[in-house]
Amino acid sequence: MSSKVKTQSMISSQYQRENQLLAVWKRLRTNPGAVVGLIILCALILIMVYSVLFISYEEITVINSKNRFAPPSAEYPFGTDEMGRDLMKRIFYGSRYSLAVAFGSVFIGMVVGIFFGSIAGFFGGWVDNLIMRIADIMSSIPGTLLGMVIVTILGANLINLLIAVGVASIAGFIRMARASVLTVKSNEYVESARAIGMSELRIIFTQVVPNSLSPLIVTATARMATSVLSAAGLSFLGFGITAPKPEWGALISGSRAFLNYAPHLCYFPGLFIMLMAFACALLGDGLRDALDPKLKK
Amino acid sequence: MSKKSVDTAIKDQAVVCNDDVVLEVEDLVVHYVLKKSVVEAVNGVSFKLKKRRAIGLVGETGAGKTTTALAIMNLVPDPPGIIKSGNITVCGRDMLKLKPQQLEKIRGKDISMIFQDPMTSLNPVMTVGQQIAESVRLHERVSKQEAFERAIEMLELVGIPGERANDYPHQFSGGMKQRVVIAIALACNPSVLIADEPTTALDVTIQAQVLSMMNDLKEKCNTALVMITHDLGVVAKMCDDVAVLYAGRIVESGTLEDVFNNTMHPYTEGLFNSLPNIENRGAELKPIPGLMPDPTKLPAGCTFADRCSYATDACREKVPETRRVSETHTVACSRYDEPGFRIEGWQHG
Repeated sequence: MSSKVKTQSMISSQYQRENQLLAVWKRLRTNPGAVVGLIILCALILIMVYSVLFISYEEITVINSKNRFAPPSAEYPFGTDEMGRDLMKRIFYGSRYSLAVAFGSVFIGMVVGIFFGSIAGFFGGWVDNLIMRIADIMSSIPGTLLGMVIVTILGANLINLLIAVGVASIAGFIRMARASVLTVKSNEYVESARAIGMSELRIIFTQVVPNSLSPLIVTATARMATSVLSAAGLSFLGFGITAPKPEWGALISGSRAFLNYAPHLCYFPGLFIMLMAFACALLGDGLRDALDPKLKK
Repeated sequence: MSKKSVDTAIKDQAVVCNDDVVLEVEDLVVHYVLKKSVVEAVNGVSFKLKKRRAIGLVGETGAGKTTTALAIMNLVPDPPGIIKSGNITVCGRDMLKLKPQQLEKIRGKDISMIFQDPMTSLNPVMTVGQQIAESVRLHERVSKQEAFERAIEMLELVGIPGERANDYPHQFSGGMKQRVVIAIALACNPSVLIADEPTTALDVTIQAQVLSMMNDLKEKCNTALVMITHDLGVVAKMCDDVAVLYAGRIVESGTLEDVFNNTMHPYTEGLFNSLPNIENRGAELKPIPGLMPDPTKLPAGCTFADRCSYATDACREKVPETRRVSETHTVACSRYDEPGFRIEGWQHG
């Protein structure tokens, strides 16, 4: 083969992949809900980037007793809290926790879930039984309770919160991955791969998993919404990220005592939790339509 | 360490591959054990395939053709499939005694298989070039780029422009997909290629193209071919030898000449009689009456006896032995015990 053809083909290979992404994007764009979700999510990510670059930890923890419970104003758009700290900056600073939990915990759940789920679905028999019964046990424990136990054992910080929320989502991913692997593994191309001498493990990760990914991506996006909520819930209960760090759930928890005369302390963090969960759910819905091969034409 | 020992084990055995017989199946018995019954899919199939020859396994649906092919690759789905007995030797290696790791080294390298439906035998999320390259990289130590170049060469060999290596399977037509499947199967230059009804899913004009391409490639790559089909026309075009399967047994085998022009088994005769006659279009077709016996309850004697116009009571009692008619020709029919017995023979029209 001449090198010219080769270079050409490499270029066109890149073009192809972009083309596929482009096709998904085109379909996603026609779904107004998904676009709204995507815009909110991007805005939250921008806020996080801004807070990482421009808001220091000192700035949001320093006490200013002259300015306690200031209502929203031009100077403090979201008002100030019981220690006179700017609520907007605190919420912006806290976005990193929610985003980290949303992406991190789903990543943990997805990787572990796909690994075990695809092995269960692919090999069947006692392996399947063992993995699925463990998944049953995991899903019979309420997620919040499981998270509380894990955080209690490991200690309350961001990484452990992430693990706690992630572990709670594993069972769902195992089930999802197993179901889609079951439908993919009976395809003839899996048999063909065996006939050219591919090993079973390689078949799982080059043939089966890539073909069963799209329902999993949808589940993952939708799961992010739940994860944000459970992380906020755990923090609210004091099992996640604790004050003075401004995790959104922890902010609401801190505002309970002042709900009567400073309700804005509870509204704004609540609004952001809702926005985040809402955005993920909308995007998940849109992705389901965009990735559905039946709607391709 | 284990990988290395597998390598050397295979190398030691590979010496035998110079032998003229690349594939030998001896007395193969494959059953599918279900909860309440046992499907006797293959009941004692034996045949030999020499270098560069092509053998056609002919028979109707359920005769055990595909199961035989899967057994040769040692890919019979287990459970429920069990290879009860028999020997399968590919290039001097006993396929039924090798470890999974050793089998993976042989599949695709020494023996390869093409499946029936090209629409579903390609991975939809990989480009065809990647899939051919993958097959190369499984068996040869080459860089990704070299493998990809080989993939482009293979594509051109099967008559697809190399630029299309980066297209996905859904961008190809059925005939082209089957060409890609063939390219994947031949990428490592196997000594034996098993083609399981490779043209059944294609329309007739494309069938002819794919078949003549396979014929060319067989010559070019020095590959021996096992052609599984129910189409006697395909056999006539592609094969040197024929084995006719019925209910998991070979009822007649021989060279193309033996089986087509000197037909001996009543079932083979029935197959020919049920083909339309191109020289006498008004002639009535004579289909074989009845259906193949239920493979979970095979009759005691000859499995074809119930549909056979020559059958006697003796046929229903004893499984017919395979008797040798000439150097190459065998037939399994008890009536040939009687001196002077002849079937009416296939009439040319």
